[in-house]
Amino acid sequence: MTAATMPTRRSRGRSGRGITRGQAAAGWLFTAPVLVILGLFLLVPVLMALWVSVSDWTGRGSPISGDVHFIGAQNYGQVLWAGGLAEQDFGVALRNNLWYVLLVVPTQTIVALFLATMVNRRLLRLRGAFRTAYYFPSVTSSVAITVLWLFLFSTSGAINAVIGWFGVKGPNWFNDPDGIFHFGAQSGPRFLTGHTILGVSWWDWIGGPSVAMFAFVLLAVFTTSGTFMLLFLAALQNLSGDVEEAAMVDGANGRQRFFRVTLPQLKPTLFTVITLGLIGCWQVFDQIYTGTRGAPSKTTLTPAYLSYQAAFEGNQWGQGAAIAFILFAIIIIFTLIQRWVLAERAVSKRRMRWITDYQRTAARSGTGAAR
Amino acid sequence: MKITRAGAVLVAAVAAVTLAACGSGFNSGGGKQESKKPLTVLIGSSGAAETTAVKQAVADWSKKSGIKATVQAASDLNQQLAQGFSSGKPADVFYLSTDALAGYASNGSIYAYGDKLANKDDFYPSLVKSFTYDGKLQCAPKDFSTLQLIINTDAWSKAGLTEADYPTTWDQLTAVAKKLTTGTQTGLVIGGEYARVGAFMTEAGGNLMNADSTKATADSAANLKALQYVQDNLKAGDFKYAADVGAGWGGEAFGKQLGAMTIEGNWITGSQQNDYPDVKYKVVPLPKGPAGAGTLQFTNCWGIAADSKNKSGAVDLVKALTSKSDQLAFSKAFGVMPSIQSAAGEWKKEFPNLAPFLEAASYAKGVPAAKGSADVVSDFNAQVAKLTTADPKTILSSTQKNLEALLK
Repeated sequence: MTAATMPTRRSRGRSGRGITRGQAAAGWLFTAPVLVILGLFLLVPVLMALWVSVSDWTGRGSPISGDVHFIGAQNYGQVLWAGGLAEQDFGVALRNNLWYVLLVVPTQTIVALFLATMVNRRLLRLRGAFRTAYYFPSVTSSVAITVLWLFLFSTSGAINAVIGWFGVKGPNWFNDPDGIFHFGAQSGPRFLTGHTILGVSWWDWIGGPSVAMFAFVLLAVFTTSGTFMLLFLAALQNLSGDVEEAAMVDGANGRQRFFRVTLPQLKPTLFTVITLGLIGCWQVFDQIYTGTRGAPSKTTLTPAYLSYQAAFEGNQWGQGAAIAFILFAIIIIFTLIQRWVLAERAVSKRRMRWITDYQRTAARSGTGAAR
Repeated sequence: MKITRAGAVLVAAVAAVTLAACGSGFNSGGGKQESKKPLTVLIGSSGAAETTAVKQAVADWSKKSGIKATVQAASDLNQQLAQGFSSGKPADVFYLSTDALAGYASNGSIYAYGDKLANKDDFYPSLVKSFTYDGKLQCAPKDFSTLQLIINTDAWSKAGLTEADYPTTWDQLTAVAKKLTTGTQTGLVIGGEYARVGAFMTEAGGNLMNADSTKATADSAANLKALQYVQDNLKAGDFKYAADVGAGWGGEAFGKQLGAMTIEGNWITGSQQNDYPDVKYKVVPLPKGPAGAGTLQFTNCWGIAADSKNKSGAVDLVKALTSKSDQLAFSKAFGVMPSIQSAAGEWKKEFPNLAPFLEAASYAKGVPAAKGSADVVSDFNAQVAKLTTADPKTILSSTQKNLEALLK
């Protein structure tokens, strides 16, 4: 509908207005069921959780009854700055999950992109079979995969047996709480152990994920790469061959075509994949719940699981809700950062100068822009 | 237009009904006379044997009392309890652990019926203490378990040891553990957590909290002595944690003969029978520490919800379930120990080889029960799992700090 048609519609007679009004009402009528469902099962629970996070609700009866009081940011304080066990637990959970995100998101994106380009090749035989195989872990229940992982990575499991062929004694995967970037060191230098953030020492922050958490990192890459491969594949198949051919005519080699031609065109998909990856990684729960429940030594504790534990096991409903909202904020912040990093920008003057210089020298030496 | 208006009314009506249905969760329904209202029993079962036994006992009571009662085995007891309390429709009768008691008692979720029990004095005093909150016995102890030393008798004789060598002191325990340690087998394999290592703390005369859970006693010299003793043996390789030999718990390591001894409770008999019937074992009292005999005890009680629609029926059911006959039936079915002293004689006659577990009732210490103590214990566990390389003093002082924070 263009702006020009609007006045004519308005200038119609009485009956016309009636029809429009009827349409609006019908529109509301048809959207009402969804609005009610969304409101009841999405908006109301979120608002209630927000209220619980600033209340002293103890988990008995309705949180909106008269016995429940507003206590301000106390629950958030317990988790963020009170200096107690709750803060330390949150710090540990945040440390674990941060490393998880840092390792999983880039790896799964790269692996997914790699797989997608591989199965997108026209010359590849059994393309369908490969696509199915890579996608299979994604459609399997995460509980089943976690159980499989517990067996594979047990002390005497298949993974350690394979490692054993090379004469190396495999780690005690899901029971090993040592940070992988500590490289076996048990205590750090004083300036690292002496300072803490959120009750966790700098030494522990830089220690990386524990061996146990690293097994979960591998699991996440294994299960999610297939899904994201599918997204990349769809995007790759949408790319027109002309651009690629033009690059070929210009003399670009395979590597250059991929990084300079294909990848920039995949940017929207890349954004989707990284956003979904970030959100999924920060919300990791089911693997932890079925697998280790935070053990060994809390190194697989994540904010999502901690929130559940605080509320349902510890009866600290306010704290549990507060952790959930902090997690929400973290996800938003990370997504915004990512959006900013991947944003379309005009080529900076410095870079533009570099490009023109390069073209000029290339033209002078007569080798062409793309060597 | 007419249709639209009717539709709008319809939507409003649907919304109203849906919302009303939601709201009804917070009201109490009318109807039947209170004393005959049906009961639900929520249990955290260890397996089919326990579920069947409890179902049987509850069905027998239903027949006698004429009150319908259904037993539900929870897949996650804590979560299901929490959901019940928050919706205002909790199970009437349920298993309640010592560390969950304080939380639910303080917010008024549970009904303190302890004083209505005629046989209150028959329960072991230490169990009664575990379930006393605010000076009132909140719920009837269901049963209890203690830790003792389990010895693989074949490994024992193979190492040239006899019955006279059953360790009675820490030094002796170290000595026999050393002798029992061979290529694939460690002398003593235990779970790396408070619920096992804590036994040594009680033998040294310490514990994380005092008996009433009103004072934090984690950083005592006794606890330090205990942790140092365990640490020394872990370093020497005579003791190992179950996780470090690739086992889920001490019983599994013992059954797979990765450890010649373990420290476990009376529940070990079931798993040995089912999973490792070929491993012969004997239960002996844990060695005495610097402060004499000591061990930990674990227990649950039969909680009754304050929001139950039939409290008198629920109390009546609990009276039946804690009676001597029912408790002995439970013992036979799934190996727990009766919470009442009057059943001790018959229990020992029935299970003579498990007698050390029951005899520990006189000196066993309970686990911390202050509100929030479960989190502190799990933090202690996280640290004690790394005891080989950690500093015991640091572990205890951080635990002391966390426990003191609970009591503020």
